[in-house]
Amino acid sequence: MPTRPASARNVTLLVATRKGLWTLASDAARRTFKLAGPHFLGHVVHHALRDPRDGKTLLVAARTGHLGPTIFRSTDRGKTWKEATKPPAFGKSEGRVVDHTFWLAPGHASQPGVWYAGTSPQGLFRSEDGGTTWNGVDGFNRHPQRKAWCGDDKDGTPDGPKLHSILVDPRDASHLYIAMSSGGVFESTDAGDDWAPLNHGVRADFLPQPTPEFGHDPHCVRFSADPHRLYQQNHCGLYRLDRPATTWTDIGGGMPKAVGAIGLPLVAHPRDPDTIWNFPMDGTDVWPRTSPGGRPAVFRSRSAGASWTRHAKGLPRAQAWWTVKRQAMSVDQGDPVGVYFGTTSGEVWASRDEGGSWRAIARYLPEIYAVEAV
Amino acid sequence: MARRSSEVAAIIHIEIPSPLRSYTGGESRVRVAVPLLAPEAPPTLGGVLAALDNLYHGMRFRIVDEQGRIRPHIRIFVGRAVARDLRTLVPSGETVMIVAALSGG
Repeated sequence: MPTRPASARNVTLLVATRKGLWTLASDAARRTFKLAGPHFLGHVVHHALRDPRDGKTLLVAARTGHLGPTIFRSTDRGKTWKEATKPPAFGKSEGRVVDHTFWLAPGHASQPGVWYAGTSPQGLFRSEDGGTTWNGVDGFNRHPQRKAWCGDDKDGTPDGPKLHSILVDPRDASHLYIAMSSGGVFESTDAGDDWAPLNHGVRADFLPQPTPEFGHDPHCVRFSADPHRLYQQNHCGLYRLDRPATTWTDIGGGMPKAVGAIGLPLVAHPRDPDTIWNFPMDGTDVWPRTSPGGRPAVFRSRSAGASWTRHAKGLPRAQAWWTVKRQAMSVDQGDPVGVYFGTTSGEVWASRDEGGSWRAIARYLPEIYAVEAV
Repeated sequence: MARRSSEVAAIIHIEIPSPLRSYTGGESRVRVAVPLLAPEAPPTLGGVLAALDNLYHGMRFRIVDEQGRIRPHIRIFVGRAVARDLRTLVPSGETVMIVAALSGG
């Protein structure tokens, strides 16, 4: 549901990196940001989120290069932390091993304490006690078609196949979407007991059959301000889905040919369902996955993807070869909306005019995996 | 009473690497008592790590995965020998050393 605008509001960015977690706290005008941290120095932090239902609980998905994956939890806005007593882990009979928790998502507003986690290799987990103990969502993890949908764990991408973009319909706690970098987008209407692919209209041109029912590589899926509408940044372009339709519409055609429609992140305006932002990357030949041509830019659509405009004011004009990972772009609730992204080179960039102009608010951090504006 | 408990539990010393000392309050060497099923049967490494996890909850999962395998960049020595799995026997009084390996920047 569209949220109420806040013209003057402090924003905190949770910046998850390959070497720990930092925070950037703004003043009410969002002009200055104060960097604090690190928390969990040396931990690979894939995602950090604050619970929007209570405003004070923080969850952090972490591991180190040698130690196994875990979840850290704070109930006092990050002053003190406790480790989950039962982090996400597959069952003995499943024979699989969680390498890392990749994506965290709070449950429905009517279900305080419920959280979801997506892992690599691809698994879905649920907590009902605020993130202290986690259990597999058997309806997905043990689904008889899961292996057909996703392939084997070894079939994934080099950094491991990811289950991400866990979306809980704000109108219905039982209506869930997930996306998988090896598998595509899937939907459940019974709180995760059963799942069905939702990929019609999306290309998978790396497969023998380029329009399969599943096997796609979605990079990021977001609700728009209207939960009838979903947007998707995919390995094969940009898409929109207006439910109850089940066929995605290609919205990448309006992107410049020299840039293309491939990227990792995509974020949506909190109140206008027609406005979205993406950050394209180079997906040509061997997939450099850099800013195209070394010229980073954010692209915004105010027309539900029918057309796009390039925004690079304040960003480096040349020889900037970083990119932005799928969780590393975020919006706040302000009016105008603040848009933020973190780079693979450890910079955080902010716009307080809906992407029109940009300035760096942090540099020299480790590689950034996720940015969340809370 | 003290004599009886020494008969039913093996005392094992464990060297804790720095990445795991957040669990032990900074201690680099801890001692665990592992219950013995029979006086002549030494505990297994699995039993030692279970006892360790009882004292410092959560530590075992950081070094052993949910399928009971020692994680890829963790090595565990029993005395001077590398333990390949959790069935390795650990005689009472022995030292277990946990090593965590990293490379690159």
